[in-house]
Amino acid sequence: MKEHLVSLPEAAPFALWRLYARPLLEAGISPDHVVWRSSSEQDDLFSQPDPKPVTSTSFSQKISKDCLHFLETLLCHANPEKFSLAYRILWRSRRDPALLKTGTDSDVVMASRMTHQISREVHKMKAFVRFREKTPVGSNSRHFAAWFEPEHHILEKAAPFFARRFTDMNWMILTPKGSIGWDGETCVVTRETCARTIFEDEAEALWKTYYRSIFNPARVKVKAMRSEMSPKYWKNLPETELIPEMLAQAARQRW
Amino acid sequence: MKRTFSERLALLSDAAKYDASCASSGSDRRGSTKEAGLGSTERSGICHSWTPDGRCVSLLKILMTNFCIYDCAYCINRVSSGVERARFSVEEIVWLTMEFYRRNYIEGLFLSSGIIRSSDYTMEELVRVAKVLRLDRGFRGYIHLKAIPDASPDLLAEAGLYADRLSINVEMPTETGLTQYAPEKNAVGIRSAMGHIRKKMEATKENTLAGRRPPRFAPGGQSTQMIVGADAATDQDILSSSSALYSDYRLKRVYYSAFSPIPHASQALPIQKPPLLREHRLYQADWLFRFYGFQFQEITESRPDGMLDLEVDPKLSWALDNRATFPVDINQAPHELLLRVPGLGPRSVKILLATRRHKTIRLDDLERLRVSLRKIRPFITTPDWRPVKLIDRLNLKSLFAPPPQQLSLL
Repeated sequence: MKEHLVSLPEAAPFALWRLYARPLLEAGISPDHVVWRSSSEQDDLFSQPDPKPVTSTSFSQKISKDCLHFLETLLCHANPEKFSLAYRILWRSRRDPALLKTGTDSDVVMASRMTHQISREVHKMKAFVRFREKTPVGSNSRHFAAWFEPEHHILEKAAPFFARRFTDMNWMILTPKGSIGWDGETCVVTRETCARTIFEDEAEALWKTYYRSIFNPARVKVKAMRSEMSPKYWKNLPETELIPEMLAQAARQRW
Repeated sequence: MKRTFSERLALLSDAAKYDASCASSGSDRRGSTKEAGLGSTERSGICHSWTPDGRCVSLLKILMTNFCIYDCAYCINRVSSGVERARFSVEEIVWLTMEFYRRNYIEGLFLSSGIIRSSDYTMEELVRVAKVLRLDRGFRGYIHLKAIPDASPDLLAEAGLYADRLSINVEMPTETGLTQYAPEKNAVGIRSAMGHIRKKMEATKENTLAGRRPPRFAPGGQSTQMIVGADAATDQDILSSSSALYSDYRLKRVYYSAFSPIPHASQALPIQKPPLLREHRLYQADWLFRFYGFQFQEITESRPDGMLDLEVDPKLSWALDNRATFPVDINQAPHELLLRVPGLGPRSVKILLATRRHKTIRLDDLERLRVSLRKIRPFITTPDWRPVKLIDRLNLKSLFAPPPQQLSLL
């Protein structure tokens, strides 16, 4: 049995992966005979040339909407294992339609864990993006920009939320994995790496004043805070630099 | 000497931190794509930050003013307290809410106030803030307003027109406690306002005789708060109050706030660390009621002194007191019984129910779901596991309880 090798960039979106996965599935190639590789890795000496992607639409395989939606979320993950895991689930669901409902299957457990990480990160992005204002002189709408560092490829998933909420402003969210932009009418998502840009915003001092004052020093629960607001986000949050000083002050208070 | 804006913000948010609620959930879902304006709401709400006390920052939680004509012993803003006083104007609150919101610091505003001049005057000012935000600024974020108990029904109705959620704090779990600590407040007034809000909310669900939709009223419901540990009320007293509040007024949430020692404390109160573990156990009991199908009475009835066990959580405590119910068969037990198994939550129960229609569940399946086998084993059977006599062990609790701690002198 011939091995098939597919090289994809780690950031490959679902649509690109599907162009390769479909013909393999059509040809009945089992997951054991496909090697999915993230093209940033070194090519190995014995690699076969990639199979050609097929864009024809006449497929006999019916895949359920739920399954496709699940795989689409899975492919937002940064772990390159996602390509082969997604193909395995695709292949197995065809024979076992209840696969995704079998919550204790090891492939499903792993994939569910990954999709859970994706939805959690989308949620945290909605929470932790911090806009800073830079409205040009003479502009009649206000302009804001934010810097955020997601681990996964979640910008397409998070974009609708920001567009629905911050409609009357111009804004950009810049990240190492791409950007989301809104000009008051259209939302544009790219996958091009952006450079970190940080500038001053006057309202931030008031936000820090608020953060310091709303804290109750009689109830210190650092573990609860860290589990919800992971320190990996702290370097881009203006308020977290106050935490050490707030804790030191709380420790000095006598109850 | 007039204080700066920032100094007043510090005072008026410091004064608001004793209110535990910061939820921005449960309202109708809306956005700003179709009409001009700013803001949206998500069904489940978003916490934008956490402070080192483990609490989330979801709303800008401030008092309009911390001046107050009342003298409630547990409150830092009572008239006899020596705290510095400040006030924000309606415009200032509107500006700050909009600016914080634009930067994605918050989901919206939680506005409360000390009582100045009269209940009606105070309520009018709170409503004015919400009205300006909604009508003049096109703000569609979340607004939570504190309802002042004796304010007129018309003002409450107007508050519900602009706010997503209203809350009135009952403060003390029992009427005796309230009379003792809050002489100007009366339980009857608080409860009649709650009943009024409930009626208004139910009315929005029915069309009038003319077939018109009744005006919008607080789609996020109402909540309340009780202070824990300031008076002599037991956990059983507190939970039976909650039970009545949930059923009589259809509250979305009852919050429990461990009494924090306050600066300028009244002589009537204990100076001690807030009983955080007790508060945590009460919240767990509250979850058992809201998501696990427990009745409050079941949770406390076997407790000798009406206090929840501090060593183990109330669900495990109930299981240990009701051993005859266990072990349950994971592959056969109905939904409501699975929810009573220590170590299983609503999420894992849902997965188990879906999975067992296709295959038999064994112990390693549970392990893959990251269920704590140590915790669950004594209470279940699977084809490859039976708890031999484990459930009958007298020292079963010691398998779960935390190791004894040395008393600290400080």
